[in-house]
Amino acid sequence: MIKVEKLYKSFDGLEVLRGASFSVGKGQVLALIGRSGFGKSVLLKHIAGLMQPDSGNVIVDGHDMASLKGRDLSRLRNRLGFLFQSGALFDSMTIFENVAFPLKEKTKLRENQIREKVIYQLELVGLKGSEEKYPSQISGGMIKRASLARALVEEPEIMLFDEPTTGLDPLTGQSILNLIDSCHKRFGFTGIIVTHEIPKIFEIVDKVAMLHEGEILFEGSPEEIFSSKEPLVRSFLSGSIQLSKGELESGRGGEDIYDVDKRDS
Amino acid sequence: MHFVQKLGAVTLRLILRMGSMGIFLAKAAFYSVTPPLKFSLVLKKIQFIGFQSISVIFLTGAFTGMVLGYQGFNTLSRFGSDAFLGPMVGLALIKEMGPVISALMVTGRAGSSVTAEIGIMRISEQIDALELMGLNPYRYLVVPNFWAGVISLPLLTAIFDVVGIFGGYLIGVKLLGVSSGVYFGEMVSYVDMSDIWEGVFKSLNFGLLIAWICCFKGYYTGYYTGFGAEGVSKATTQAVVVSSVFILVWDYFLTSTRLFF
Repeated sequence: MIKVEKLYKSFDGLEVLRGASFSVGKGQVLALIGRSGFGKSVLLKHIAGLMQPDSGNVIVDGHDMASLKGRDLSRLRNRLGFLFQSGALFDSMTIFENVAFPLKEKTKLRENQIREKVIYQLELVGLKGSEEKYPSQISGGMIKRASLARALVEEPEIMLFDEPTTGLDPLTGQSILNLIDSCHKRFGFTGIIVTHEIPKIFEIVDKVAMLHEGEILFEGSPEEIFSSKEPLVRSFLSGSIQLSKGELESGRGGEDIYDVDKRDS
Repeated sequence: MHFVQKLGAVTLRLILRMGSMGIFLAKAAFYSVTPPLKFSLVLKKIQFIGFQSISVIFLTGAFTGMVLGYQGFNTLSRFGSDAFLGPMVGLALIKEMGPVISALMVTGRAGSSVTAEIGIMRISEQIDALELMGLNPYRYLVVPNFWAGVISLPLLTAIFDVVGIFGGYLIGVKLLGVSSGVYFGEMVSYVDMSDIWEGVFKSLNFGLLIAWICCFKGYYTGYYTGFGAEGVSKATTQAVVVSSVFILVWDYFLTSTRLFF
């Protein structure tokens, strides 16, 4: 369904992606993990066609994203949902209007049909009763939920999640992951989740890919990653798991953890 | 060599910027005349750019006309030509001051706001969200502003001119004693339709210019001005400054070449 082939991208001479390649099958969900600043979100934006690669291909359902333009690109994007890190809700619209927006603009559904669908989606993400609130009036977790409702309202075949739990407390983060899992079971989309939620994310995905310095260092199942012999993968996993368990002293950033683990391994 | 390299880089950057502005204008023009046109958004923008600017246009028009009345009378009376106050006020307002000052006022009041609104949508990924829904951001954010600019500016200019002429009347006739019949009579004799069309044509140009520059600056916030609040702030300032300068330069060009009227 989604195939990334030898993707290269640089910004002002700084190489962010250096030949990244991986694939996701139809109906599968892949977790894209790796350190911050190593190009995971950039990679996701290439898959969505928001960025053009310097070289390499992103093939989505047989279509090369870089060569799609105009209506063809719009047609493919109609089958795609994207959950932004910030939520990217339209701040001048209420939550109801945000979720209804793609239906109003792209379908010929009647007002009452749109209302029915939106209410159903908002119930699904646990936002019943918040329809008339504006994005500035709700919490970060609710923004992610509303954004998820907007992304799912058209029942897309492909869902891309850019750090869906970043900035949320562990409980809210877990509830968002559960929500993604239940939505996947309900709608059966093909998904890619850029995340730092290790090891929680492994419970809901079929595949894992680890991006390191612009390249895919590991691609396989969640079980396989734990048996990986690659030192960088092992140190990243141990560091992330320790961090998620809260076993490290507070105030130590990922950079320190990474270095410590690298020495250990 | 270092200097030459820098000069080359600056020149290339300038050419690139001009190129992207040209492409932006071409795209906006194309989407403005091809369906679907978002009428409700156009009306909303006319309300914001046009209707909500009426009070400021009214005030500036009135005081500009009153100043012209004073200065015109003082200057013309030195030559014993104070009977020509009406045509002087009328021509100055209709041909130059009406279109230019209205455009500058709209730039400050609405143009800056248009840039800030689109800029914030850019940095908060709302424009990306629109694109990913398979919707064309130009049709939602740029085209309504273009239509609103082109429709509102001539109307605001007309209001400015009328209010200004009455401002001049108030000072010239009611305060300084020029005959009412002479003020309006001479104005009718010396101001003809070509002068009015010139003003309308200029204001159409300025409406397009303001929409183009302000939308472009907002749309490309982050590309040229840096991200975050500072990026939006820079884009807004640049939009107002560049629009104001371009209005004056383009006004000179239109007046001096007389290509279109």
